[in-house]
Amino acid sequence: MALGPATLDDETLTEQGLALTAQDMASGRVLLIACGALAHEIVALKRMNGWDHLDLQCLPANLHLWPDRIPAAVAAAVTQHRANYDRLFIVYADCGTGGLLQEKCNELGVEMIEGPHCYSFFEGNAAFAALAETEFTAFYLTDFLVRQFDAFVWRPMGLDRHPELRDMYFGHYTKLVYQAQTDDPALDAKAQDCAARLGLAYERRVTGYGDLAPALARVAGA
Amino acid sequence: MQNANLYPKGTATMADEDEIILSELSDDELVLQMHDDLYDGLKEEIEEGVNILIERGWTPYDVLTKALVAGMTIVGADFRDGILFVPEVLLAANAMKAGMAILKPLLVETGAPRMGKMVIGTVKGDIHDIGKNLVAMMMEGAGFEVLDLGINNSVEKYIEALEAEKPDILGMSALLTTTMPYMKVVIDTMKEKGLRDDYIVLVGGAPLNEEFGRAIGADAYCRDAAVAVETAKQFVARKHNQISA
Repeated sequence: MALGPATLDDETLTEQGLALTAQDMASGRVLLIACGALAHEIVALKRMNGWDHLDLQCLPANLHLWPDRIPAAVAAAVTQHRANYDRLFIVYADCGTGGLLQEKCNELGVEMIEGPHCYSFFEGNAAFAALAETEFTAFYLTDFLVRQFDAFVWRPMGLDRHPELRDMYFGHYTKLVYQAQTDDPALDAKAQDCAARLGLAYERRVTGYGDLAPALARVAGA
Repeated sequence: MQNANLYPKGTATMADEDEIILSELSDDELVLQMHDDLYDGLKEEIEEGVNILIERGWTPYDVLTKALVAGMTIVGADFRDGILFVPEVLLAANAMKAGMAILKPLLVETGAPRMGKMVIGTVKGDIHDIGKNLVAMMMEGAGFEVLDLGINNSVEKYIEALEAEKPDILGMSALLTTTMPYMKVVIDTMKEKGLRDDYIVLVGGAPLNEEFGRAIGADAYCRDAAVAVETAKQFVARKHNQISA
């Protein structure tokens, strides 16, 4: 089902992604092929900056549950759409592919956003790297992941059925850091609840869109 | 591969609703039932099964290999094939661990074939240990002596353990793209100290692959615990052959 940006539904972004609309395909010169977990942020940046020439297609966010499938999924989207656009940009970081996504992008001749994962580029890659020595016991959630906590954390880890496994997964973590892209008290409360469910201390950190904004600005201006 | 099953799921009969009395099963039936119980992560049933087999005069080594390791191998294969997922594997591992806790002191008393020794740990900056713990457990089950250094290990800690323990194998694990390069730091330090060729270096972790293993100078990348055990056995046998040649 093609889902237009006006109706971004998290469950659909998780399971199906975001399809290009016919209207998009007629107007865009640049296509962003992104993770569904970034759809809200990319649409917000497009709207704020008037980047109407950037089209957006999102792959299902739940590909993150099987990172080895990401390079092939990205490659298929590139192959499908590249003839219709002047330029393609991949809005995935390495995302647990161990360099294989970068390798695939090199092979396809397309650029991707820098960084190991979205927690890093939302924080800012340099700032995140600087924290690596002191914050490796932190578990990160973004706005999207707070909203989809059950779909990405609780259920896939089996904690809904086997809560006794919690400490096997999270026993070495000390805190949950909610990297807030937006100022939403309801998300803040939900993130606090997520931390409590995982038995972790809680910290809210406003990151905004981090390195995502300048990366897309560069693509939009090029 | 599906689990060998005395009472296949989906063939419900009245008998299925009756409780299975483990002590009333023959040895062969009990072993198959233990494979099922391990598959289902039933810790108490595994403990009971282990005790029954020991009482029947089984050697601890046979209980370990035929009931626990064979059962966990089915779990590992189904995980690899996408039939089982991490939570189920963890439950099975917990059940196997409980069985091994009974067997360990008995194995020390009765003796068991020793395959070699391994030092294993998750690299610096990384706190993930689920895969590493599974490897350590399956290596123990295969007859290796395992010294587990835990998580967040610096190069100094690895080197210290190698020099103190003189294992056959060093195993390093990382879950993060950001921490996996640290394995190269450890291997390069081993080279600098002239230690590299004294050890078999195996690496593993979700974001790794064979190419990465080769690039950093490891002997092998192991994609799961079963592969780690088989790879370790092959390398140790090769090492022994070289020594005796």
